[in-house]
Amino acid sequence: MKNPLDSLWGTIISGLVLTVILYFVVKSIVGIPG
Amino acid sequence: MDYVPALARWIHFMAGVMWIGLLYYFNFVQVPALKAATADGTAAGITKHVAPRALLYFRWAAVVTWLAGAALLGDQFVNAFLLRGGMAGIGVGAWLGTIMLFNVWVLIWPNQQKILGLKPATDEEKNKARRVAFLASRTNTALSIPLLFFMAGGWSHRALFGL
Repeated sequence: MKNPLDSLWGTIISGLVLTVILYFVVKSIVGIPG
Repeated sequence: MDYVPALARWIHFMAGVMWIGLLYYFNFVQVPALKAATADGTAAGITKHVAPRALLYFRWAAVVTWLAGAALLGDQFVNAFLLRGGMAGIGVGAWLGTIMLFNVWVLIWPNQQKILGLKPATDEEKNKARRVAFLASRTNTALSIPLLFFMAGGWSHRALFGL
């Protein structure tokens, strides 16, 4: 499989996917009293 | 001591713009330009005169950004890195920024020194260094996308997190 980081579009899409994943991680943490 | 967070935020933004701006310059401009310049024999102009200067500001802007960010977090520094006390959003941003700073100083800069001939290296070592530096730089470009999302997570993001 080709490394997505070899292309600029692959890099940008990887960053966007990671943003969505981390968003849900943070959203679940924010709901827990600190 | 309200001056400290105000100054820290200002410095964090300025240094951050320089750091991420140069990161995008490397990935969106210099890498493709070097490919074309190598093909017509003009790469030395970039590798000798542009890249070392860009790397100088790049790596030190990364340090200043991190330090100003730490000062800005202040007594919430530990809470941010432990993702607690309502600091999970900025904490993820802080972790991403820290990983990126590590990539700059441990993976990108030492390998760039070999690539640019600032440190002695065989052709084989240079080829390996090129690949490692390239992937670390691309990793930082990808990480900058969630980094900026979480760094910008002020009041405008509260609704996104159901707050």
